[in-house]
Amino acid sequence: MDNNIIHSLEITACRRRIDIVNMIYHAKTGHIGGSLSSVDLLTALYYHVMDLEKIKAKSPDRDRFVLSKGHSVEGFYAILADCGFFPKEELSTYAQFHTRLACHPTSKVPGVEVCTGSLGHGLPVAVGMALGMQRDGSGGHVYVVMGDGEQAEGSVWEAAMAGPTYHLDNLTAIVDRNHLQISGNTENVMCLEPLADRYRAFGWNVVEICGNDFSQMIPALTTQVPGKPTAIISDTIKGKGVSFMENLAAWHHKVPTEEQYHQAIDELNAHLQQLTK
Amino acid sequence: MNTSAKGSCRRAFTDTLCELAPIYPQLNAVTTDARGSVTLERFAQEFPQQFVEMGIAEQDAVSVSAGLALTGKNVFVCGPACFLTTRSLEQVKVDVAYNHTNVKVVGVSGGLSYGPLGATHTTVTDVAQIRCIFNMMVLLPCDAAQTKALTRQLAEMTGPAYMRMGRGDVYDVYTPDATFTIGKANQLREGTDLTIIACGEMVWYALQAAEKLSAQGIHARVLDMFTVKPLDREAVLKAAQETGCILTVEEHSIYGGLGGAVAELLIQNHPVPMKIMGLPDEDIILGNSQELFTYYGIDGDGICKGALELLKQKR
Repeated sequence: MDNNIIHSLEITACRRRIDIVNMIYHAKTGHIGGSLSSVDLLTALYYHVMDLEKIKAKSPDRDRFVLSKGHSVEGFYAILADCGFFPKEELSTYAQFHTRLACHPTSKVPGVEVCTGSLGHGLPVAVGMALGMQRDGSGGHVYVVMGDGEQAEGSVWEAAMAGPTYHLDNLTAIVDRNHLQISGNTENVMCLEPLADRYRAFGWNVVEICGNDFSQMIPALTTQVPGKPTAIISDTIKGKGVSFMENLAAWHHKVPTEEQYHQAIDELNAHLQQLTK
Repeated sequence: MNTSAKGSCRRAFTDTLCELAPIYPQLNAVTTDARGSVTLERFAQEFPQQFVEMGIAEQDAVSVSAGLALTGKNVFVCGPACFLTTRSLEQVKVDVAYNHTNVKVVGVSGGLSYGPLGATHTTVTDVAQIRCIFNMMVLLPCDAAQTKALTRQLAEMTGPAYMRMGRGDVYDVYTPDATFTIGKANQLREGTDLTIIACGEMVWYALQAAEKLSAQGIHARVLDMFTVKPLDREAVLKAAQETGCILTVEEHSIYGGLGGAVAELLIQNHPVPMKIMGLPDEDIILGNSQELFTYYGIDGDGICKGALELLKQKR
């Protein structure tokens, strides 16, 4: 991997983290922990892997992205705005009266392919998209990001059976494996392990990476095994980038106080300064 | 109208899909190990590139259909109505209605079609459930000719809809060349004493009841309300104004279906005496459709009796 590319992605992701904290603090609502854990993956997809020109042109052979863990929407909106899908000033309307920037993605927002928010829907919808594109001979690829707590939904596993049945090698499912859901550690709520083996047993090409490390993410996201969909078990840190939020289930859906907000922004700015030095 | 000939709605549906598939290459049929019960075998054989088997996974089937639609496909997702409208109700709400995807949810063997198979296989809450999801159209054709016409219209329309049909052969109400407008009731019989509004298989029984009433000098108007949503407000209000009382009959719970829709409209705009006939809020006994319609008083005789009771309330 080109170190300059990685460095540039790290800077971008740090800026989007600042956007996330700002949006949630000002709206006084949001899902900060999961947004911070998954924003690196979304950064890799939107700033390196996917062809945004085709997406903006709504080309039939465009890549398609589905945020199945719809609650991690703040980073998604911040990226879409930064990539020019809608004006960046609109981010300040997030979760406000009559906004189109709902707390879960809706297709009213330019760049959002599919409304999500109820868990367990993204993978089956992505399977349908990949199947449609496969049958049309489209060159596009479908990426879907799921939560790890979401893996308890039965519909995920219905789709996990369908992906390999239809040999959807144009489909990549990513599990944001931050190990925490709203009630605590995933293994205490509903055991997911051995998660990679479970996907392997269902017939997926499985890659295990650190999802906060671009040098591991980029090769995994650009992997394609003929005849098989790819599942990326992407190990991440919930609340990544803000020291006092990291690895705490409490930050799943908590809004920082004024003091915490300034502390978070200071930390992220310091990190950004270090990166851009 | 031929009162003795019968036809199969599901066969009319799949024959129409087979006619349309070569004309509309984007037309897809998705099913849930139900190609037999939907009668999709021929479609699957002749149009494998437009056919998707999802196995016994209704949630997956509806979401996958939405995904296919998001790539430009015109999707009919078909399976037993009992499973497709309850197990995957959230997928219908979110992936079909909220996403406004071009997916037609087609439930077969609806109502009491499965008879002795028991409560797991009855579909008497589907209209109530789907009717209050925004963006969803609700259609219940009454015979093969109407099913064929509505299937064609659904295929030529972009956007979500739900259509329910039964399993067994049903009496022909219409001639094969009959035409229909979605959202417009079809008046099958003129009358001034009361109006019977029916949908699906009940339309034929409503006509039978009207015959019986006629023999007693009572003239019932009969409306085939094959589009339960959007309801033909104009036809219902006109019927209330001109005939003074309304009886609804449906192969559905007495709660929240066609009767509910008509009552919501009338009570707010033109209240008249009304009777809602359908299935009671209880564990339905076992039997075939005909036995059950008689038992629950929604066959020709039962509807006639209901009409006479209703007329006593008419001022």
